[in-house]
Amino acid sequence: MLSKRVIACLDVRDGKLAKSVKFVDTKDIGDPIEKAEAYYLDGLDELVFYDITASSDKRNIMLDVVETVAAQVFIPFSVGGGVRSVSDATDLRLAGADKINVNSAAVQRPDLIDECAASIGNQNVVLSMDVLRNASQPSGFEIVINGGRKAMGIDALAWALEGESRGAGELVVNSIDADGTRDGYDIELTRMISEAVRIPVIASGGAGVPEHLVDVLTKGKADAALVASMVHYGDYTVSGLKQSLHDAGVHVRMHW
Amino acid sequence: MLATRALASCPGFLISLVSALFRGRHTIAVSEFETVIIDYDAGNLRSVQRACHQVGIDAHITGDPQEVARARRVIFPGVGAAPSAMASLKANGLGETLREVIAAGTPTLGICLGLQISFRHSEEGDTPTLGLLDGEVRRFRFDNPDLKVPHMGWNDVVPNQAHPLLAGIEPGDAFYFVHSYYPAPSRAENVYARADYDGEFACAVGAGNYFATQFHPEKSGRVGLRLFENFKTWDGSC
Repeated sequence: MLSKRVIACLDVRDGKLAKSVKFVDTKDIGDPIEKAEAYYLDGLDELVFYDITASSDKRNIMLDVVETVAAQVFIPFSVGGGVRSVSDATDLRLAGADKINVNSAAVQRPDLIDECAASIGNQNVVLSMDVLRNASQPSGFEIVINGGRKAMGIDALAWALEGESRGAGELVVNSIDADGTRDGYDIELTRMISEAVRIPVIASGGAGVPEHLVDVLTKGKADAALVASMVHYGDYTVSGLKQSLHDAGVHVRMHW
Repeated sequence: MLATRALASCPGFLISLVSALFRGRHTIAVSEFETVIIDYDAGNLRSVQRACHQVGIDAHITGDPQEVARARRVIFPGVGAAPSAMASLKANGLGETLREVIAAGTPTLGICLGLQISFRHSEEGDTPTLGLLDGEVRRFRFDNPDLKVPHMGWNDVVPNQAHPLLAGIEPGDAFYFVHSYYPAPSRAENVYARADYDGEFACAVGAGNYFATQFHPEKSGRVGLRLFENFKTWDGSC
């Protein structure tokens, strides 16, 4: 039986681990390489690195981080943040990323999804979507970019379906409303997208307690739950989260 | 100064220097590698190479049929589509080389697409494939919309017969999968492990010195690395 996945997301700025609250007020909280390896050894199912480095001249630091992590972490590993072209995607893949996350650049130029899918394979292209509630959109949710600062007037459900048809292999559905609140994932949003597409959906934004993961993986119909603050600050361990999921009857990988 | 005196007083040094140079050239011309990873333009092979390094296998990535033919161990990975993979294997002669090394008894490990194109036929693009094993490869088809294709993520692997490469792997240990097609071997004796995705399918198959997995051991944490460790010392018997 296929397991539900627990994925840890590490926001990396200038090679350091950062965590944001509602995408502003980012602060450094440690070494991403050490955290990645510790989570891997503690049973993490998948790793996401998100490069939030502002200046382009420091982007090569990220390639070094990816290379180092790939040499010691033997689970699926995706990298995103600032991917604007197939050549960005290829550089990250050569450094050791399995999957590439595209986000803002794909909203601005949707062909990026098709191009990446053709070049590195659908299964390696993850479309990451930042979503804000907006009752004026048909689905009630709108796509935002640039870390949640810019609303695009695009319906979130329509964008998810377009991303799938253009060749995305997975979707990260990140609720900006819930991000950093620790009040729980947006179950309604996650379920709506997950029921509409035939590719795996990764729920993101808002996890605070293990029950939130249980809810989004059952009621929210997500295939995977993304966590950040919960584990970065040491409130929970990856193995502890998985034990909670297991105890609640969610099928997860328990031996590693 | 010291070096000059050594040269002058010891003509044997020059002889050994010259022969060392020749040995160097000889090595480059022959290019023998203990373990090779076959490169046929089917995906990024470095993650397989990294997993090999982690367990002490110095694996060399190559698309040169001669280097493959001379290797003591061969890894045949691959991610992508069967039609283009087969076209590439035909164009560079690697398909024939692979057949030869397996016939010669070289321990060989197939992974993912490598496994799929070992069978006779793939539904993917209605493609005739290598035919190292009897059976075919079919697409997952589900009426249940909750079952997604590709089958992506960690699934429990249950060995159904012992094999040296599965030593130390417990029934239910999870491995990482990403695939839309699955193998349907004709012969039960070729099946070494199964997984369940709305029905059981063979996820590890083999015959003699050839063994292949549908899952990605290089992305399956420590249980996956265990499989590479087993491969490192496997003599090809089962």
